[in-house]
Amino acid sequence: MIAKRVGGALLTLFLLSLVVFAMSLLMGGDAAEAMLGQNATPEALAGLRAAMHLDQPSWQRYLAWLGGLLRGDLGVSLITKLPVSTLLAPRLLASLQLAGLTAAVSVPLALFLGILAAVRRGSLLDRAISMATIGVVSVPEFVIATLMVLIFAVRLHWLPALSSSRDFSSLHDVVRVFTMPVLCLACVVMAQMIRMTRAAVCDALDSSYVEAARLKGVPPRRLVLGHALPNAIGPIVNAVALSLSVLLGGVIVIEVIFNYPGVARLMVDAVSTRDLPLIQTVAMIFSAAYLMLVTSADIVAILCNPRLRHR
Amino acid sequence: MTLSGDPLVRLAGLEISVRDAQGQDKIIVRDISLEVQPGEVLALIGESGSGKTTIALSMLGYTRGACRISGGTVEVAGHRLDGLPEARLRGLRGRVVSYVAQSAAAAFNPMLPIMRQVIEPALVHGLMTREVAEDKARGLFRALALPRPDTVGDRYPHQVSGGQLQRLMAAMALITDPALVIFDEPTTALDVTTQIEVLKAFKAVVRDLGTTAVYVSHDLAVVAQIADRICVLRDGMVQEQGRVEEILFLPRQDYTRALVAAAAARVPAAPMPDLPRDAGDPPLIQMRDVVAGYGGVDAQGNPQVRILGGVSFAIERGKVLGVIGESGSGKSTLARVVAGLHAPASGRVNLDGYTLEGEIRHRDKEQLRRIQLVFQNADTALNPAVSVGEAIGRPLTFFHALRGTDRKAEVVRLLDLVRLPAALAGRLPGELSGGQKQRVNLARALAARPDLLLCDEVTSALDPVVAEAVLDLLIDLRRELGLAYMFITHDIGIVRAIADEVMVLYGGVPVELASHEALEGPLHHPYTRLLMASVPELRPGWLEAANSAFSCGSSAGAGHAAGCRFFQRCAISRPGLCDVLDPAVHVGAGQTIACHLGFDGLQAAPRIAQGAIPA
Repeated sequence: MIAKRVGGALLTLFLLSLVVFAMSLLMGGDAAEAMLGQNATPEALAGLRAAMHLDQPSWQRYLAWLGGLLRGDLGVSLITKLPVSTLLAPRLLASLQLAGLTAAVSVPLALFLGILAAVRRGSLLDRAISMATIGVVSVPEFVIATLMVLIFAVRLHWLPALSSSRDFSSLHDVVRVFTMPVLCLACVVMAQMIRMTRAAVCDALDSSYVEAARLKGVPPRRLVLGHALPNAIGPIVNAVALSLSVLLGGVIVIEVIFNYPGVARLMVDAVSTRDLPLIQTVAMIFSAAYLMLVTSADIVAILCNPRLRHR
Repeated sequence: MTLSGDPLVRLAGLEISVRDAQGQDKIIVRDISLEVQPGEVLALIGESGSGKTTIALSMLGYTRGACRISGGTVEVAGHRLDGLPEARLRGLRGRVVSYVAQSAAAAFNPMLPIMRQVIEPALVHGLMTREVAEDKARGLFRALALPRPDTVGDRYPHQVSGGQLQRLMAAMALITDPALVIFDEPTTALDVTTQIEVLKAFKAVVRDLGTTAVYVSHDLAVVAQIADRICVLRDGMVQEQGRVEEILFLPRQDYTRALVAAAAARVPAAPMPDLPRDAGDPPLIQMRDVVAGYGGVDAQGNPQVRILGGVSFAIERGKVLGVIGESGSGKSTLARVVAGLHAPASGRVNLDGYTLEGEIRHRDKEQLRRIQLVFQNADTALNPAVSVGEAIGRPLTFFHALRGTDRKAEVVRLLDLVRLPAALAGRLPGELSGGQKQRVNLARALAARPDLLLCDEVTSALDPVVAEAVLDLLIDLRRELGLAYMFITHDIGIVRAIADEVMVLYGGVPVELASHEALEGPLHHPYTRLLMASVPELRPGWLEAANSAFSCGSSAGAGHAAGCRFFQRCAISRPGLCDVLDPAVHVGAGQTIACHLGFDGLQAAPRIAQGAIPA
């Protein structure tokens, strides 16, 4: 069953590579045009295209690109002539730092708040959490980010408006660089997780087996953590995976607003220069990350459920 | 009532109310006063909505949802439970009072192994170490006659059968040696053949441990086996209390009398005279070698999951075929095949000699009209947003093009036919009682003026007194309208009352087809015998006398490909024959039996011959 999920994910990834490649073709214009600008002669364009193998039929270029991907050769940037991997490595690390920190902050907090809201269902606290999550989820992240910059950087001068500094010599620097982007991303991501966690735990708490456990004299903490939570894990893990995959999209906006040197910024730059190898690779990285999240959520849900595990 | 010693449970003037959406309190249980002596089993009996479960749960100091104890006192083993703070109640629940739920399948946490849940009460109350608790649990599994008592605890709830889960739940309730055990309809969700095993296990363990118990049930015959005293409830009030014999044989209240009458074996309806027909006429409906199931069909035309394996029968005009079998035997699928809701993988269904299409969308309107299906659950079969008149009127317009005043008049006539007042036409299903809904459901099917009604467990979801009335109505309708029924049920008593012919299904295969007369005769398929012997009777002591010689092994293992499907549970099977070859069909007077032993063999089998059907 797990093998089936993984196989499905790999197949999806292959189909995605086709889609990514097709999309990059549809973008119109090519790197030669972008490099030579408005005044390029047709001869110069043709020469440059030949040099870049842009004159080959698209299926050949696809196969060459796919073969390279499988060998771990990500190609060479058309613009900077540097290997894509060299360009990507530091940016990927930076983005992973941002996403990792956000996940580390948001997942435990979201689970805690979600479970708390479920246990105190109908209380003032529950309603406050619900209101807050609905409020946050309905505001786009660029508005939150802009507001934060206005308040913390422009008015209060507590934090820098830009997070491009790579100087992590002290904890203070780290906090200064990451606080606003992480908070912004966490806001976007947490709302969904809190709501799903609350719903899943509420469902489990309403079940006959929790009533039966209560009538056995099981104390509340054990009732929630020992009886309700294991049954809520499937939906919760899926909500976490989906929310974290939202991170991928959120990262683009946030990195641009805070001028954070991550993969997403690289992608935005690559699109404007029609640097196809770079675009394709970054798109594949985003897709693979998304699939990995969703597939591992499925696998965790399967492993946690004895009905699926013992088949 | 014995006056010696203090009672273990004492409810005095108990009142429970529920707060509705407007914040108004509504009393649902009032002025309940009862006592349970140590070592006694008290049964709370009543229909749905009588408050029996609510009262039983109050003995755990527990109320569901928006309910609360609004008056009176609850005393159990010297503790006042009403008004006790939750933390104190928690210390008593599972230790002093424990609970066995109606559906153990829902009450066991699907994510945790069984043993962990069974010993949890002992551990959370700090009564014993894990090792001691597990030893004790295995002892209880043995006492409750569970198969593989040493390893069953390692399994997860979905890996054991419903009857076993119910016994495991009893083990969980008994692990702390509580002063009181509440059994909340513990056998209602089980098949009769499983129910008898579970009842025997409960009774033995309650007797051996001297447990005091409150047993909640709607089934008087079950209660007669296990209880010492009965408390009859209705609309949240006590109707009558007394020893089992007093309630069964000398009921004082009218309501109790009606309950007892409904639980007693029915007198079969007088057989219908044959309708005039020519000798050459084909039967109204005829099924030939129907195989049906789920999943793809292989080269031999067998579906991956076979639910029906070669079913043939015929119903003549105005006749009733009773179809009986346990859950999973394929009864409902059979009705769905006839109705065209489930296309058979192979075989044919003929209506008046013409073969019907397997799928309903290929059948013509006239064929649809002639076969109508009445669903088991009227609650879900009726659209809650459509009024009664509209629900009955739609088929009138669809089949008979009736509109306006004609349609209204016909709706009134149909309501009258099912003994409902014409004023009900404007109501919504939510405003009707369960019995009324089932009558509307029936009127809707009759609106098409069908020749054949497929009745799928139409009385199972109803309270006994109401079910009885619906059954009487069906018998009358058949007489008035000359309808034929295919009457599907798990209750052999109902089949006896209404059917001209009975088909017994086991594992998707008819093991016996018997006329009304032959059903009362002595020779039957071992499974039919087991079914008959498993129906609880309304007399104390039946359970002890009930002979389970027809069966060994409990869990239905109808999955194997070859041989008799009943092989694993049959006490007189012949290994090497019965588990290898499909049984031949033996034809007798008004009766066919699919059993390797044949009529002679069944007659010779000594234990079967002695294990007389209780008269």
